[in-house]
Amino acid sequence: MRIGIDVGGTNTDAVALDGTTVLASVKQTTSEDVTTGIVRALQSLRAQHDFGPGEVEAIMLGTTHFINALVEGRDLAPTASLRLGLPATASLPPMVGWPERLTTATRGQSYLAHGGHEFDGQEISPLQPDEIRGIAQDMAAAGTRSIAISSVFSPINDEFEENAAEIIRAELGQDIAVSLSHEIGRVGLLERENATIINAALRELADKIIGRLVEVIHAEGYSCPLFLSQNDGTLMDVEYAQKYPVATFASGPTNSMRGAAITSGLETCAVVDVGGTTSDVGVLTNGFPREATTVVDVAGVRTNFRMPDVLSLGIGGGSVVGDGIIGPASVGYRLTSESLVFGGSTLTATDIAVAAGLVDLGDASAVAHLDRGMVNAMVDQIGTRVADTVERMRTSSAPLPVVAVGGGSVILPKALPGLGEIHLPRNSGVANAIGAAIAQVSGEVDKVYSLATRSRSSVIDEAKAEAIEKAIVAGASAENVEVVEFDEFPIPYLPGNATRIRAKAVGDLGIKEMAR
Amino acid sequence: MSMIATDTVSPQTYQLRPEDCPDFAAGAAILGTGGGGDPHIGMLMAQAALDKHGPADLVRLEDVPDDAVVIPVAMMGAPTVMVEKLASAEQFVESIRAIAKYLGVEPTHIACMEAGGVNSMIPMAAAAELGLPLIDADGMGRAFPELQMVLATLSGVQAAPMSISDEKGNSIVLETVSNKWAERLARTATVEMGCSTIVSLYAMTGEQVKSAFVPGTLSLCRELGECISYSRHHAGSAKDAVVSRLGAVQIAEGKISDVERRTTSGFARGRAELRTAEGPVEIEFQNENLLVRRGDEVVATTPDLIIGLDTDTGEAVTTEQLRFGTRISLIVAPADERWHSEGGLELAGPRYFGYDTDPVRPIEFSQ
Repeated sequence: MRIGIDVGGTNTDAVALDGTTVLASVKQTTSEDVTTGIVRALQSLRAQHDFGPGEVEAIMLGTTHFINALVEGRDLAPTASLRLGLPATASLPPMVGWPERLTTATRGQSYLAHGGHEFDGQEISPLQPDEIRGIAQDMAAAGTRSIAISSVFSPINDEFEENAAEIIRAELGQDIAVSLSHEIGRVGLLERENATIINAALRELADKIIGRLVEVIHAEGYSCPLFLSQNDGTLMDVEYAQKYPVATFASGPTNSMRGAAITSGLETCAVVDVGGTTSDVGVLTNGFPREATTVVDVAGVRTNFRMPDVLSLGIGGGSVVGDGIIGPASVGYRLTSESLVFGGSTLTATDIAVAAGLVDLGDASAVAHLDRGMVNAMVDQIGTRVADTVERMRTSSAPLPVVAVGGGSVILPKALPGLGEIHLPRNSGVANAIGAAIAQVSGEVDKVYSLATRSRSSVIDEAKAEAIEKAIVAGASAENVEVVEFDEFPIPYLPGNATRIRAKAVGDLGIKEMAR
Repeated sequence: MSMIATDTVSPQTYQLRPEDCPDFAAGAAILGTGGGGDPHIGMLMAQAALDKHGPADLVRLEDVPDDAVVIPVAMMGAPTVMVEKLASAEQFVESIRAIAKYLGVEPTHIACMEAGGVNSMIPMAAAAELGLPLIDADGMGRAFPELQMVLATLSGVQAAPMSISDEKGNSIVLETVSNKWAERLARTATVEMGCSTIVSLYAMTGEQVKSAFVPGTLSLCRELGECISYSRHHAGSAKDAVVSRLGAVQIAEGKISDVERRTTSGFARGRAELRTAEGPVEIEFQNENLLVRRGDEVVATTPDLIIGLDTDTGEAVTTEQLRFGTRISLIVAPADERWHSEGGLELAGPRYFGYDTDPVRPIEFSQ
C-alpha cells in the first residue's frame, strides 16, 4: 500500500492506494505549519480504512509550500550568489532584473570570480582558489547561510562548480548549504543561475519543514521511506528534496495531471483541471506532462526550470456570468454562498451547469427561471473555449482524448466540439494525491555535444546510458527503467555540427531495494 | 514665406532610458523576422549600461553631421552561446576602441547594423558606456545572417577594417578584400574566440551613413513594442497595429500543423506548415523566415520581411518557438526598396539562400 498526499495552499488531500485502487481518500484544510494538516490527513485515512503503518510501503508527498514561500518572500535564507566566468559575463551581474522585494528578502549578495568554460569545454580562465577563499570569507562576514554557485557552460563541464564548492566548504565548514547550477538548470546562464539562487534561498526552509515531516511521520508509527514529487511527476527522496526544494515548484499541476491519467486509464491525453476561478490545460504523453520549452517566470524571476506546459483560461466553477460572457471574474471559494443555487444573487458557471441539467447541486429551482437559450449559449461557450485551449496544446493531429478533473469540472459539457466526449474519472477530486502516490523515479541528461569527431549514434547512446544510470542512482528499479523522452536540437552558428541532446529515463521505484 | 530658419530648429533627440528597453526589444523581435537572436539578453545589457551611465541620446539620421565619425557595433556568434557566456564589462568599448585606434579617429556616433533581434540592443549598451549618441537607423531594416548583407555593401562601403573582440581582452583587426571575406574571416575568428564576440565594422562618415542606412528603424522598434504593451494592458491583440505601422499585408492566418528542422553548415534550416482556412501554407526558414508558398505557388520571399505574429497577442514568434498548434498570423512587410535592386537581390535575394525563384512580392506592394 502507498499513501499519496498533496499539500496545496488551501487543501491537503490524501489517498491510500493499493496498486491503482483507491482504498481511502480525504480532504483536509492545509495547516500553516504544513505538518499538522498532514498528520490529520494520515489519521483520517486510517479512520476511513483500517490499516497499520507497517502495511505502508512508501509515502509520497506533493507540496506547493516552497513556491508559495518564494512568492510571498518569507522564510528565505540570507543567500549569496557566486558566478565563475570572469572576465566574461561581467556586463550582467547575478540577480540582475530581480524584483527588489526578493533581493531584500534573500539579502542577496553577488560575487563574480574567474573560471567558466567555453561551449567546447575549454577553460575561459582557470579557477583561482585564493579568490574563492577571499569571497567565502566575505560571504561569512555578511551573514550568508546559503550559497548558489554558477559557472559558464557548467552543463557541459561541471568541474569548476564542484571545485569552488569544495573550497568554500573547506573555508566555511561542511555544513554550509551550497547549490550548484549544473544540477538545477540548463544552458542559459542567467535563467539557470536564477533558479539556483532561488533554490539556495529555500534550503533552510526545506531542511526545517522536510526534517520535521520525517519526524512526525515516524512519530505516527510509519517506518517506510518518504518521497516528494518533482515538477516532472517523478519522485525524489527526502535527502534530495532538502537539497533541491525548487524541484517541487510545479508538482501540484503535475500530480493532478498524472492522477487524471491513472484514474482514467488514458496515458496520452489532454487534462483539463477545473478549479474555482481558472481551468488549467496540460497534455500528457505516455503518462508524463509535456514540459514548457520556454523561459518560466517564477515570482517575477526568469528561470529555466523544467515545468509542465500548462495553459490557463479564466473559466472555473465560480466564474461570474454577465453580458453573455463567462469569467474571468469569479466568486471563488464564496461559491457556496454567492451563487444562485446556494441562495446567493450572483449568476455563476455552476448555476448554468445546474440549469442545463449537467449536475444536480444546491437548489435547482433557484435557476429554473433562466432563459433556456441563454443557458445553452453559455454551455456552448464553455465548451468552445475549453476546446480551443485544448487545441492550442496539441502537438499533432492525432486524436487526443480529454480528461477533466478538479472540483469545478461539473461545469463542463459532456463533449467538446471537435474533440469528442470528456472523460470524467472517479476520484477526480483527489487526482493530485493519486498522482503523487503513483509517481516513478527519473534520471535526466541535457548536454551540448559536438558531432565533429564522434558519430551521432555513439553520442545518443552515451546520453541515454547516462540518463538510465542517473535514474537508478535516484532509486529507480534497474529492472524496468527505460528512456521515455529523447530530444535533439541542432544548434545554429556553432562549428562541428553541435547538437543539444536531452534524454530522460524513468523507472518504478525500487522500494524493496531501498528499504531502510 | 516662412520666417523660421531651418538651422535654428533643434534636432529632435530622444533620450534612451532603461525603462524604454522592453518596448525596443519587443519591436526588435518583430523586425527579426523569425531570427536575429533573442533580444532579451541584449535588452538586459542595455538596461544595465543605461542604469550605470545614465540615458543615451538617440539622434535622427538626418541630424547626423556629414563629418561625423560613426562606428557601428554588433554581436557576432551563436545565440546559444550569447545567453550562456555573457559579454564582459568592457567588451563593447574594447571593440570600438580597437577600430578607432587602428583608424586613428575619435568616434562621435554609435550605430546599429541590424535592427532585428539582439543586435538592436548592443549599440544602446555601447552608446551608454561611451557617452556617445546612437543613430536612430540601422544597416538593413531587418535581420540577416551574414555581415555583408547590409545596404552599405551596395554603396561600396567596406566592412573592414573591422575589429573583433572577445571577453578575455583579445582584439583582432581585419583588413579584407571584400565584405564577404570579412564575413568568412570574422566567422572563423569568432569560433576560435568562443563563438560569441563583439564586432565593430563599417566605420563611416556621417555623409556615408545617411546614404547607406535605413532611417528611423530603432524608433520603429519602440513604436512596435508600444503597440504590443498597449494591447497587453488592454487584453487585445497588437496584430492590426503592427501590420498598419509596418505597411504590411497579412498573407495567411492559421495554426502550425508541422515543423521540420535540420542544421546544415551552421544554419538552423527548416520549414513549417501553416493550416489555414484557404488551405496549407508553407514557410521556409534559415534562421530567418525566407520564403512562403501556398500550394506550389511562391507568395512571398526575402528580402521582404516575412514575420510570424502570435495571432492572440501580436508578439513576434521566432522560428525556434514554432511548434504544432501555434496560432500564427503571417505578415509580409516591404523591405527597404534598395534591397530590391539588382545588387540587393544578389546579396540577400531568394537565390542567394538557394531558392530557385525570382523574388515574389504581395500584389499590394506594387500598387
